[in-house]
Amino acid sequence: MSAQPLLEVSHVSRIIDGKTILDDVSLSLGRGELKVIIGPSGGGKSTLLQCVNFLQPPDSGDVFLDGQSAREMSRQNICAFRQKIGMIFQDFNLFDHLCARDNVAIALQKVKGQKKALARQRAMAELERVGLVEQAHLYPSQLSGGQKQRVSLARALAMDPMVMLLDEPTSALDPELIGEVLNVIAQLSRSGMTMLMVTHQIGFARHLTKEIIFMEAGRVVETGPPELLEGGPEGGRAAAFCAKLAEVTGR
Amino acid sequence: MEFLTAALSSDILAGLTEFSQSALFVARGTGYTVALILGAMILGLALGLPLSTFEVYGAGWLRKITWVYVWFFRGIPILVLLFLIYFGVFDIIESTVYKLFETRISLTPFTASVIALGLASAAYQSQIFKGAILSLPAGQFQAARALGFSRSQAIIHIILPQAMRLSIPAWSNEYSILLKDSAVAYVLGTMEIMARTRFMTSTTFAHIRLYLLAGLLYYLLTWLGVKVLFKIEAKTRIPGLGHDAWRADDQLVLKKRDLF
Repeated sequence: MSAQPLLEVSHVSRIIDGKTILDDVSLSLGRGELKVIIGPSGGGKSTLLQCVNFLQPPDSGDVFLDGQSAREMSRQNICAFRQKIGMIFQDFNLFDHLCARDNVAIALQKVKGQKKALARQRAMAELERVGLVEQAHLYPSQLSGGQKQRVSLARALAMDPMVMLLDEPTSALDPELIGEVLNVIAQLSRSGMTMLMVTHQIGFARHLTKEIIFMEAGRVVETGPPELLEGGPEGGRAAAFCAKLAEVTGR
Repeated sequence: MEFLTAALSSDILAGLTEFSQSALFVARGTGYTVALILGAMILGLALGLPLSTFEVYGAGWLRKITWVYVWFFRGIPILVLLFLIYFGVFDIIESTVYKLFETRISLTPFTASVIALGLASAAYQSQIFKGAILSLPAGQFQAARALGFSRSQAIIHIILPQAMRLSIPAWSNEYSILLKDSAVAYVLGTMEIMARTRFMTSTTFAHIRLYLLAGLLYYLLTWLGVKVLFKIEAKTRIPGLGHDAWRADDQLVLKKRDLF
């Protein structure tokens, strides 16, 4: 592993209407690493991800991608910076007026300035990667939740991101559809994609990650290997949280 | 006796030709009315669309300007606007041009009518588009930004194509209102349907027939325009977007037996 982390979040704070949503959060991701953020809702996980790609600029602190400070970038450079950070949302946010193929192709055309034919070719290749070539002409409303999330993965991957941010990618899915999305994410991770993922899929997280970050009330409370999650209610905060989750889901 | 019937029938005949001539004169106003309304709708669209995005996505000062615009043009009658532009603004423009270039230009009542109706329509159209933009999930804009779209790119390529589709039904409503508002333009002497009808009734006194004819022409134009816009809506409809989603729900909710 190189000495310099690919993504470094440094002392990020975010205050909205006088409420501290993020309180001095720092973390770093090495090339090819997958880190998982868990924690109760309202703990600032989603806000953290949106601060990482400056969708919500942090009130203080900075984000470095490949050593470059996001805070010092001009507006245009921030757009270029965001291209390098793929983002996956809980509720997919596919563009409802475009078919699956054009959902993937449009940013290539309009942001990267590629020719239509080339962008579409790339889009089809990405859809093939997530197993959706046959659904390429369908509109978002005609796709299942799992298919929608896979299209959104293809859409992010088409931009050749250096890092992927995944914000509870399976939380809005029916239980039987979670597997197909997790498969794609696991494949991506194995192929060396650097990823920061918020999820409640503890079992999945345990398998793929070497580090769990537990967030609560806007702060990173615990960080450590997946074993951090074990120990039940008497263990640390993260373990107690996991025990509570297991109580509900029965796992 | 024979003489009398011949005279009578020729009288009726003469009356009929007279009416058909004046009816033809009135009907020729249709072209003016159509041109007037098309010009006003396009001007309203060209101004209303940016205004709506200013109001939703603009900086504070831009939003304030939009607010003032919308309230000004929604707040004063079209008739006042017509006089204001034709007798006020046009007069200033004409005299300024004369002072500067020593040429006389004369701006027509038709231009004044297009501008007055267009500016007013822009205020209403901006509110139509604004409503449509706000009805879209916030995640659409966010996802575009996350992909590296600039604000204006996201608005042009992601937000407006959806918002404009959602706006067509309200837009056809705006068309039918504006069409009938356009009758006001007769006061300046624009030779559209209403002005021609007024002119003809003052000489032939065939009030009922001619005004009914004018009403019929407006009715046909409304019907035609709404029909065309409905066709456009159907053509550009996307599965699951906006009214198509409602349509699908209708089929679920409104089965006859469910009503009892």
